[in-house]
Amino acid sequence: MQFPGRRKKVIGSSQNDLYDHCLQFYGQPPLENISLTEFETFAVERLKLLKSVENIGVSYVKNSEQYVKKLDAEFSSLNFPLRTELGDRRVQGGTSEYEKRRKDHISHFILRLAYCQTEDLRRWFIQQEMDLFRYRFGELTSKHKTDFLHKNNLKYETVSAEEKKSLKDKLITSSYGLSGITVEEYDFYKVPFQDALDLVRTRKVYLLAGNAYIPHHEIVTIVLNDFRTRLSKALAMTARSLPAVQSDERLQPLLSHLSHAYVGQDYSIQKNMGKISLEQIDALSGKSFPLCMRHLHKALRENHHLRHGGRMQYGLFLKGIGLTLDQALQFWRSEFVKGKVDADKFDKAYAYSVRHMFGKEGKRTDYTPYSCMKVILSNPPSQGDYHGCPFRHSDPELLKQKLQNYKVSPSGINQILELVKGMHYQLACQKYFELTHNVRMLFILACSNWACFCQLRDSPAKSFTEPAIVFTSAISLKSYRILICEVLYSALRFINPLIHSVCSKYRSFLTIYEQHG
Amino acid sequence: MSTSDYDPACLPDLLPLYYRRLFPFSQYYRWLSYGGVSKNYFQNREYQSFTTQNELEKEMQKMVPYKIDIGAVYSHRPSQHNAVKSGTFQALEKELVFDIDMTDYDDVRRCCSAADICSKCWTLMTIAIRILDRALREDFGFHHLLWVYSGRRGVHCWVCDDAARKLSVAARSAVAEYLSLVKGGEETVRKVVLSDPIHPFINHSLSVVERYFQQYAIVDQDILGSKEIKFHNSLEGSSVSYDLHFSCVSVKSNSKKGGQYFDKEIMLQYCYPRLDVNVSKGVNHLLKSPFSVHPKTGRISVPIDLKELDTFDPFEVPTISLICEELEKPRAEEAEEDDMKDKENEQEAGERRRIRDYKRTSLAKYVKVFDRFLEAMARSRKGEMLKKSDLQKDF
Repeated sequence: MQFPGRRKKVIGSSQNDLYDHCLQFYGQPPLENISLTEFETFAVERLKLLKSVENIGVSYVKNSEQYVKKLDAEFSSLNFPLRTELGDRRVQGGTSEYEKRRKDHISHFILRLAYCQTEDLRRWFIQQEMDLFRYRFGELTSKHKTDFLHKNNLKYETVSAEEKKSLKDKLITSSYGLSGITVEEYDFYKVPFQDALDLVRTRKVYLLAGNAYIPHHEIVTIVLNDFRTRLSKALAMTARSLPAVQSDERLQPLLSHLSHAYVGQDYSIQKNMGKISLEQIDALSGKSFPLCMRHLHKALRENHHLRHGGRMQYGLFLKGIGLTLDQALQFWRSEFVKGKVDADKFDKAYAYSVRHMFGKEGKRTDYTPYSCMKVILSNPPSQGDYHGCPFRHSDPELLKQKLQNYKVSPSGINQILELVKGMHYQLACQKYFELTHNVRMLFILACSNWACFCQLRDSPAKSFTEPAIVFTSAISLKSYRILICEVLYSALRFINPLIHSVCSKYRSFLTIYEQHG
Repeated sequence: MSTSDYDPACLPDLLPLYYRRLFPFSQYYRWLSYGGVSKNYFQNREYQSFTTQNELEKEMQKMVPYKIDIGAVYSHRPSQHNAVKSGTFQALEKELVFDIDMTDYDDVRRCCSAADICSKCWTLMTIAIRILDRALREDFGFHHLLWVYSGRRGVHCWVCDDAARKLSVAARSAVAEYLSLVKGGEETVRKVVLSDPIHPFINHSLSVVERYFQQYAIVDQDILGSKEIKFHNSLEGSSVSYDLHFSCVSVKSNSKKGGQYFDKEIMLQYCYPRLDVNVSKGVNHLLKSPFSVHPKTGRISVPIDLKELDTFDPFEVPTISLICEELEKPRAEEAEEDDMKDKENEQEAGERRRIRDYKRTSLAKYVKVFDRFLEAMARSRKGEMLKKSDLQKDF
């Protein structure tokens, strides 16, 4: 369709056009550059606002006088736009309306990044944004409401006074709680019935010529439904693109701080969980993972895929070292999506099994990570598999090559290969651990001084989390590593209650070790 | 006079004749192709798809179908649906349809049951058509409704507006639920429950019911004469009577059971249309086509003229045997003249003959109803196109 003569002037970049209404649906992300300072300030202030929305909403009846008063105050103190015209004179030295609207726009999108990751975060964010929207929409004048609807393609006309009068009786009887007076006073909107299906289905609205006559308090419901749907979809999309954002080192700490700052329900069931962030995994795989898991991780990163055996072995291990279900889903999805699997297919085909691992599907068993015995003895890997125990299942030549790549000394490699020949796979693994950590087991046994052990790490800070990692990998290698836990038992138990409980089950292994010498 | 002794065994002989000489192909094709608005539309009808009327005719004359059901318009030719990537082969459009079946009223009619109907209970269909037609036009703003007698025990409604054809499943189900008042199955005794405020739609429906109630329920069905009527049990201690002066049911209740609108509820339970929501909801659902022949009764599914609704008699609807018989009657003089002209132009001849043919039978008046319906749609489509071209400044 061509409209040569009647082409509307393209909306210019003038300030007034960009934020010509104090309320918006946040359909378009901001396209400008901003400083990191602004980025952070905006985000923090909006978070404060949303928290106030939550708190005030809990303390006062929504939309009551006190609610409105309190929220008004928050808006002013935090400089968010409410109901003033763009052109209004600004308060001496205060922020202009335009600036307030710009802040509103940008801060919303920043918080989307922080709050898209988990189900809980999303729910909280959507809830507060909806309450916020409902409040602001309610505070608009009648004309501004219609303006807003029109600008956002919700072309709903208000019903004229004469029409209302002629339909008064019908309007009163079609909605609960309306009287003659309210019909006169309230605005009614004509909405095509296809946009108001819930009201039509339950016959709670007057219909005429295909239009539903909706009183203004119900129009908010319709607009809010629209808002929620849009925001929900947008958050899902944002979550999928999140890894790219998180790789920006400037933003990542801030975003994770923002999402942890929300005080909602405690979303970590075990204290163990949440101690790992996804960004740490690559580094940890090289430094602290047992060889089998390092092998699996590498294969996953290279091929963007793992077969079932690999997914189970590695997935449960990740759970064991503290990944939450949401982190796990994100981790697997972001990797698979790089390969041949698109996001939808992942959600359909693989997400289920991840949730299953966490006990959220099927018979809801919260599976434990595989023990060494299980890995060594059952389910040998075949062509295209990467699971299993490398010391047991790898060809010795390939194993040697790999160890060389991982910078294990030649004498160390020989020691390992000897152990493999004698079928002492777990001892071989332990040897690998010793050699890559430059630690001598005996030393630790003899000196049950936890502090000494810590000094062997790169930094005290890391040692706090890393030993936990190291020893949770010990859960996979139950028979021997547990021994170490036993010795440092008293020191470690406060770090990792999970280990504590596991350790206490395996004291009997002490004697086994002694026999093997 | 009318049935002319229809015998299902004759169907195989009568059908070919019907399709060759009586079935109104041009109107039918016109209807299904919606005036060529969307080129691929007619090609993509379910199962069999046709590009021209000729193809349709030849195919149907060859197949001689016992049943014709109509479904949705698909995005690709149905025969290719396996070749097309899953997800893109979808139903694009389908008329909004309603199916009212007399068997759904078995708990409130005493004259017949199951597949039987009689003049006493046919009033239920009349009431249903009036109520639904008004609601679909006035409340929902639809204009092009085709009401069709199913051939045995019910009626169908085809809502053919553009907007209706594009409705989503959720929208169809919302419309069907808006129109539903009678809820509950075997175990539910009180199937209509009203509470304040009474929606204008219910009031409209009640006024239709009240017009017919006295004759239908009190006289024909004699509902008050029988103590078997189940839900009266919930009225223990009340007396139900009919007030002839005010033409309404009156309930004098001693117990608190039953609300303030019990009288209205009774009337609605006996008379209000019962529709199958699933038929209306499904975009993939198939519905019997107009002008198909009902195999058990031999009656043609004819469009119903709403102007003559009160005098419509399902037993007067022609059967295939009757119209085939009527065909055999000796022709008038003018017909022979036309025959001469026809020899010159074969194709048009076929058309003209057919038009003359059904005009000689009782099918004529029903095809006229269909014609009028198609005219109205064509007119409104022309109006739409003018509007569109104005906007586009196409001349």
